Amino acid sequence: MSHGANHMTQSEPNRRSEPLIKVKGIVKNFGAFTAVDNVDLEIYRGELFSILGASGCGKTTLLRILAGLESPSSGTVFVDGIDITNLPPYERPVNMMFQSYALFPHMTVAHNVAYGLKRDGVAKPELWKRVDEILDMVELSDLSKRKPHQLSGGQRQRVALARALVKQPKVLLLDEPLAALDKRLREQTQFELMRIQEQVGVTFVVVTHDQGEAMTLSDRIAVMDCGRFVQIGSPSRLYEFPKNRFIASFIGSVNMLAGQVVRCDGTLCTIYIPSHDSHFEVEHGEYLDKGAAIWLAVRPEKIRISQTSPTSDMPNQILGIVDDIAYTGNMSTYRVRTEAGDVLEVTHPNQSRAKDSQLVADWGDTAHLCWAPSDAVLFSE
Amino acid sequence: MRRSMYSYPLAKGWVQKISTSWRNVMIAIPFFWLLVFFLAPFLIVLKISFAESLIASPPFSSLLEILDDGTLIMRLAYENYSYLWEDPLYVRTYLNSIRISTISTILCLLIGYPMAYAIVRSPSTTRFVLLMLIILPFWSSFLLRVYAWMGLLADQGTINNILIWLGLIDRPLRLMYSELAVHIGIVYSYLPFMILPLYANMEKLDDSLIEASADLGARPIMTFLTVTLPLTVPGMVAGSLLVFIPATGEFVIPDLLGGGNVLMIGRVLYNEFNANHDWPVASAVAIMLLLVLVIPMMIYQHSQSKQAGN
Ligand SMILES: Nc1ncnc2c1ncn2[C@@H]1O[C@H](COP(=O)(O)OP(=O)(O)OP(=O)(O)O)[C@@H](O)[C@H]1O
Ligand SMILES: [Mg+2]
Repeated sequence: MSHGANHMTQSEPNRRSEPLIKVKGIVKNFGAFTAVDNVDLEIYRGELFSILGASGCGKTTLLRILAGLESPSSGTVFVDGIDITNLPPYERPVNMMFQSYALFPHMTVAHNVAYGLKRDGVAKPELWKRVDEILDMVELSDLSKRKPHQLSGGQRQRVALARALVKQPKVLLLDEPLAALDKRLREQTQFELMRIQEQVGVTFVVVTHDQGEAMTLSDRIAVMDCGRFVQIGSPSRLYEFPKNRFIASFIGSVNMLAGQVVRCDGTLCTIYIPSHDSHFEVEHGEYLDKGAAIWLAVRPEKIRISQTSPTSDMPNQILGIVDDIAYTGNMSTYRVRTEAGDVLEVTHPNQSRAKDSQLVADWGDTAHLCWAPSDAVLFSE
Repeated sequence: MRRSMYSYPLAKGWVQKISTSWRNVMIAIPFFWLLVFFLAPFLIVLKISFAESLIASPPFSSLLEILDDGTLIMRLAYENYSYLWEDPLYVRTYLNSIRISTISTILCLLIGYPMAYAIVRSPSTTRFVLLMLIILPFWSSFLLRVYAWMGLLADQGTINNILIWLGLIDRPLRLMYSELAVHIGIVYSYLPFMILPLYANMEKLDDSLIEASADLGARPIMTFLTVTLPLTVPGMVAGSLLVFIPATGEFVIPDLLGGGNVLMIGRVLYNEFNANHDWPVASAVAIMLLLVLVIPMMIYQHSQSKQAGN
């Protein structure tokens, strides 16, 4: 799991500046079905903003509303302070890269890219100069005379990107830009997208259902579910401080235990987990009612695993047996069956070139798990 | 172990052989059909076009003849073709036919294109009904429909009666037995052949291309000219050929609606066969018509495949 480390410093937008895109109370109904349900959104200049959500949750619909290809049932869209809700797509300072690329099959790569500039009436020499520049940037200069059907999937994707970028829109909307690519090419292109975004300084709004992609690319992510935004924040914020159980399990993986509040003083809470018949301590910044039902969530990499018992003054210990090990090279994921019968996932980096016998624990071994009170999160529903 | 390893490719080879021979059979069927029902009649007509006209049954000479000394000779009469050149009637009629069917094809295109577009754009339930309405005329006889137009266009016909009744004209317009009547007949009869290929073409058109064009700043008219129109060229070509080719050789429509005033090659051909009983000349007229239609098509096809190859 990457945390978009290179974006950490710029992850929180400059709140003092006016947002470039301001979406207020957008609703979109298809008959009786509500695809987008009262969405508010602010996106800042130069941001790489992702909309993340499961299939069918309304991501494309929201993007199409921003592009003007769909009109909202209610609500308003502002770009740069101007209400564009009723502007047709061809009058918006916004360009979209389609999920299907939508390249014109009867035009060469160069003419596809030039299309938008021609519509703007850019003069010939200037037009072709800009087309050449952008084709250079996406490394397609050699293929400019080809038709789309003579290109590979990755090349088509870059033409689509170039075609949308060459107009230097205020906002570039990208609908699942990398979905059609294989894993290697996708990862490579992710970084290329980030490089291009930094180079041209255009505000990107990327729709994706791939949380890894969203984490890698984005300055901020909006997680969408059933037409609503559940949480908006930087990748690290969503990962470390998820707002609820949905976010916690949607972004990365998490171990979830059901329990009750025994004691809570506003900094440290003691939670009783009935299935384990034991108490756990969690640092939690809010008061919780005694006896309240609660979920305790802890990420796999936050759990320490060892074959020797940790010192008894360590809180939050669980004993279990290793059920399964998934070796993924850089780390191993241990599935540990606890005495209570549930299975916890624990990841551990493979820091040395251990032979099988030198793994932290082997199949069937007894494993001691523990985590710090500050590494778990509580959710009330 | 070894044996099964060797037997595997053998078995696979058999399967492949059987499946390819099946494929050949499947491909052979339409070829056979074309051979029997298209190429053979064509060769017969070609043969007759090189024969001499006789007053006999059949009314033409045979090309092959065995002389008394046993030698086989072939006698080809080129006069039938040179006759077509020499008599200005034929050249004029060919040109007139092509002119009339060209105008009719363009009219069909101008009327059919917006109709096909409207059908594609309509909601799916309406679309089905509209398509049925386009096909509906085929359920009645072609001849009957042309006769119906005679009733509409005649001096005392429906159209003139209505115009007089409305007080727009005093005397009936001369609609029948004119080129106008022929155009009306051809456009009416062949319009579905224009609409259906256009519809099939437009239906495949990806909506997101139109959206992408709008997104890139093109107004609807620009999108139509730069995206929709070029991408529907195949439909326009297919529809135009389906109208132009049969319209050029059309006999019933010029005969019934054009009368003696509109010269078209179909009528000349009919007259040579039936009135003059000159089968060889009639055959030569038919072969020339075929060449006139096929050669431009082949040139077009050639340029298309060359373009696709680039
Ligand atoms: N034109 C339409 N008419 C009716 N329902 C629609 C229409 N377009 C979208 N929907 C519905 O709206 C919901 C959201 O669709 P949308 O395309 O925005 O999903 P998405 O989040 O982009 O999904 P995916 O990740 O699969 O692309 C879906 O349930 C879909 O069935
Ligand atoms: Mg989508």
